[in-house]
Amino acid sequence: MSRAELLSPEGLRIDGRRPAELRKITSTTCVLSQADGSAYLEHGNTKVLAAVYGPREARHRALVLHDRAILNVELNVAPFSTGERRRRSKNDKRLLEMASFVKQTFEPVVIATLYPRSQIDIYLQVIQHDGGTLQACINATTMALIDAGIAMTDYVCACTAGWVEREAAIDLNYIEESSDTSEVTIAMLPKSSKITLTQMESRLHVDKLEEVFRLAGEGCKQMYEVMDKTIRDRAEDLARKMAV
Amino acid sequence: MRGHGTYIENEKVVSSVAGVVDRVNKLISVRPLHTRYTGEIGDVVVGRITEVAQKRWKVDVSARQDAILMLSSINLPGGVQRRKQESDELQMRSFFMEGDLVVAEVQAFFGDGAYSLHTRSLKYGKLRNGSFISVPPALVQRCKSHFHSLACGVDVILGLNGYIWVSAHVPQNLDEIDTELVYSNKNKEDITPRDRESIARVGNCIRALADEFIFINDTIISFAYEASLQYKLKDMNKKEIMHAIATEATTAVDNMKG
Repeated sequence: MSRAELLSPEGLRIDGRRPAELRKITSTTCVLSQADGSAYLEHGNTKVLAAVYGPREARHRALVLHDRAILNVELNVAPFSTGERRRRSKNDKRLLEMASFVKQTFEPVVIATLYPRSQIDIYLQVIQHDGGTLQACINATTMALIDAGIAMTDYVCACTAGWVEREAAIDLNYIEESSDTSEVTIAMLPKSSKITLTQMESRLHVDKLEEVFRLAGEGCKQMYEVMDKTIRDRAEDLARKMAV
Repeated sequence: MRGHGTYIENEKVVSSVAGVVDRVNKLISVRPLHTRYTGEIGDVVVGRITEVAQKRWKVDVSARQDAILMLSSINLPGGVQRRKQESDELQMRSFFMEGDLVVAEVQAFFGDGAYSLHTRSLKYGKLRNGSFISVPPALVQRCKSHFHSLACGVDVILGLNGYIWVSAHVPQNLDEIDTELVYSNKNKEDITPRDRESIARVGNCIRALADEFIFINDTIISFAYEASLQYKLKDMNKKEIMHAIATEATTAVDNMKG
């Protein structure tokens, strides 16, 4: 199989973006009426729906912690989300791993000590998969948690970056992701620029790492702007409606 | 000073939730708009029994933990005020069973923040003859009374936890209530189809208002009910009709205020 040309001679990527350009982001909160908080997020063609229930009475007595809430993350990928229709089992190791990444990312950020003996459930549904699922899941979860009014010390903004042929590029899509590109996902707290998650599954030369990291960090900051705007607009909208 | 919804970082008060800022002198708190119920003592709440345990019931009040209703904080049947006996402990399910809806008042907090409820008034107790609606708790405000009888022959209980009970009107004379009937599971027999329609209509009005995130009180429900009369009941779940009803009700309230 001949490898696709990922970077054009002019320096544009396969979908016409520049290396440091994010895909179009669409985000809304409060999309589900039953959930305490919910968010829908699109990174280009990657579409994720997040629902947060809680803090609520914990379902499993054995897991209850008397001084803090427990987080529970479930991730599901729709069978129609990829080019080839495939049903994934609930115990797919990759999905479980990704769910635990999300859980670990949010555990230090959610102020769980405010909610003793309770449980916060986060359900993620990937509706369409076009690269960067983990970043989309983390960003959607942040927005859903904020929508649910759960106390957090900061936003968590995630972004991927990778080394595409001869340059560092952010927010890789499915074609770039699947053609042997080394890819890093980081999740950042934008206020303090602390990093709560770094994930990389392939090899990347150490000299290139710094550049990739810098770019991913910038992507996170951009993500923050978009998410913050959505959240503020939504809060203002609710406050205005209630003022009537 | 740091209030709810904030934390301190580098000696500055930072918000931890998205919402509106409340300031009382130096105390700064942030109130999230879309969240679960946080109660205060004296609140009237509607809840659903989730569990029957030793000398207590667990009640779902859409708070972050189930509230607790102690056997000692309900009115025991038998007319006179009396102490609980062993026989009462053994027949707790004859008072409240899993799935029953109750209206109660928040009596106290436990150390971990769970609420303790009581139903030691004839206003409180088991709910019958109606239907249940859940709205965001922020939409129900504290006011003098949470028990309302609307002109259309429907009673509404606005629980501060966002749980609302809409039921057929039952004439109440608090002196003559048969205490045996407080825990009965039977609906009254003469609920006419018209009553049923009114209940459904009021329920749909409340849903329409909640959908637009408008404060819910007895005045606006009455206005919404009047506004809804021009529509068929079955059309009231359509988005545009819900919106029209809510808008008409808010304008009516504004006109009344002048």
